[in-house]
Amino acid sequence: MYSIGIDSGSVATKGIVFDGQIIEHIIIPTGWSPKNACEEVLLTLLDKTGIKKEHAFIVATGYGRVSIDFADKTLTEITCHAKGAHFLNNDVRTILDIGGQDSKVIKLDNNGNVVDFLMNDKCAAGTGRFLQVMINLLGSDIKDIDNLTKGAVPESINSMCTVFAESEVISMLANGSSKESVASGILHSIANRIVTLASKVGIEEDIMFTGGLAQSNELTNIISNKLKKKVYTSPLSQLNGAIGAAVIGLNKYKRLKSRM
Amino acid sequence: MSISLPKAFNEFDEARQKGFIDVKELKEKGKNIVGTYCVFTPWEIILAADAIPISLCAMSDEPIPEAEKHLPRNLCPLIKSSYGFAITDTCPYFYFSDLIVGETTCDGKKKMYEYMNDIKPVHVMQLPQTTIGDDSYNLWRNEMVVLKERIEKEFNVEITDENLKQAIKARNEERRMLKKFYELGTLCPPPITGLEILKVLYGATFKTDKNEQNQTIDNMIKSVMEEYNNGVRKVSEDAPRILITGCPTGGATEKVIQIIEENGGAVVCFENCTGVKGNDTLVNEDIDPIDALTDKYLNVACSCISPNDNRIELLDRLVDEYKVDGVVDIVLQACHTYNVETYRIKKFLNENKNIPYMSIETDYSKSDIGQLQTRISAFIEML
Ligand code: SF4
Ligand code: SF4
Repeated sequence: MYSIGIDSGSVATKGIVFDGQIIEHIIIPTGWSPKNACEEVLLTLLDKTGIKKEHAFIVATGYGRVSIDFADKTLTEITCHAKGAHFLNNDVRTILDIGGQDSKVIKLDNNGNVVDFLMNDKCAAGTGRFLQVMINLLGSDIKDIDNLTKGAVPESINSMCTVFAESEVISMLANGSSKESVASGILHSIANRIVTLASKVGIEEDIMFTGGLAQSNELTNIISNKLKKKVYTSPLSQLNGAIGAAVIGLNKYKRLKSRM
Repeated sequence: MSISLPKAFNEFDEARQKGFIDVKELKEKGKNIVGTYCVFTPWEIILAADAIPISLCAMSDEPIPEAEKHLPRNLCPLIKSSYGFAITDTCPYFYFSDLIVGETTCDGKKKMYEYMNDIKPVHVMQLPQTTIGDDSYNLWRNEMVVLKERIEKEFNVEITDENLKQAIKARNEERRMLKKFYELGTLCPPPITGLEILKVLYGATFKTDKNEQNQTIDNMIKSVMEEYNNGVRKVSEDAPRILITGCPTGGATEKVIQIIEENGGAVVCFENCTGVKGNDTLVNEDIDPIDALTDKYLNVACSCISPNDNRIELLDRLVDEYKVDGVVDIVLQACHTYNVETYRIKKFLNENKNIPYMSIETDYSKSDIGQLQTRISAFIEML
């Protein structure tokens, strides 16, 4: 019995093959066509594992899920993130997720079901997109963010809106602020956003930080300091949504089989 | 008696357009028309003058760009839309109105009425900010009298207590019928979808012939129940039952209801101005009519009243009566009173009623449909 979880996000499309354990995984850029990216992920996974499509239950999630016509089931990333985090660490009760387009805070019960969640509104403030725009402005790369900001004294960035923050950053640089302290300020402003969102939902331990930006130790530490609580991350957290999708898929598959 | 249902629902859906012609004809017959925006408006006083009260268009984003030439962008879409329709002459109801009645509800609305008054006579009722204390009651009672006098003068009529009592009876009759209709939502599973309920409730605000409306709704209830008793099920028994609360819905905000129902939820109750808020309590028919109206229209469970305990009491009851699984609060962008109140409503529902709650801040545009899809379907997956 196999299930395949595919999480098609705005930046990357992730997929895993699962039978209770993660057998295989893949991450590729989504590019312009989520449909193509999803097909590529599926074919590569099948190819690598030698599993036939008919023998797997496929659950799709992420914003590109609507363009996946081969899925047996589609679910929102919120439900899948919750199950995924629960699989990675079943003590987790609060997930802070900063994705490319949106950030969210999810509260779960001890079975990994969603109890409550909040997502940012329309605007991009505090999301991966926000960081991307700001880092480009500094002429730096997102991969170097930790090196760049380590030990820097953060500038305080007041604008919540990406467009205004952009001009704020430009004038800071013009006034002689260092690249390092501006970058650190940007991380602090992102952290503030997610912490405010979290306090609206109410935080329960343990806390896990997921999404693309969770790879930054600096950002994780800043969030942890602001919350005055320990924040876990997982090297697999980028796969979180796909893992959750696959976990749900396997359960569903088992239930269907047991009825036959 | 059986009538074809989809046709009946559509008729309400098209009520806004159909009503245009009705209003024109009424106007040609020499009737006076009074345009209104809010559930606080005592329609009975207008009816008692043998004038026609009508809800004005306020739920579409078409006239908003025009409105933004005078009004700030960062204002509730309902206010911008109302004003936009007024200045572009695209709401025939506004066009045919002899008088507009507004209330000092939220700040945006009351300031907008000042501008609107340059286009058409607007009578603004000074609403107290609280229901507590004799001063509030007396203030509001006096505003009832002032409105009555204005209408008498404007239309050169005399409004007697007898006229008022008759109007109260007629409005109560309409309320009873609407109530009987939306209470179909208490059944498990509901015999009609939330979108259908909304279409009728929203459509009814644009109908001028209330006798005909009562008759149509009565027939509709009978047909719906006949089908239901014959085993027809439109909504699955497993569908999570959703209550809508918050700002007025209809027109462009139908998108939210649509997304909820497309994603497997069933909207069973509308606790807002389009639904229960205005129709839940009747006007006392046995006391002095002005006192009765004051009492009714002071107690609208609107967030612009502070404190707004009435809303909590109403929600408390509705959640039980409609066996609700989750509550979705619709807040129109830049509506501060409802937005601030979301914290209290969430706390009450989560802690006292143990009911999941989500609030949605939206406007009349389609730009947030993708986001809404994700948030709403996740909410339903969670129930
Ligand atoms: S919500 Fe309040 S202000 Fe808005 S229409 Fe209803 S009663 Fe009027
Ligand atoms: S929705 Fe809110 S801001 Fe808009 S008119 Fe009603 S009370 Fe005022």
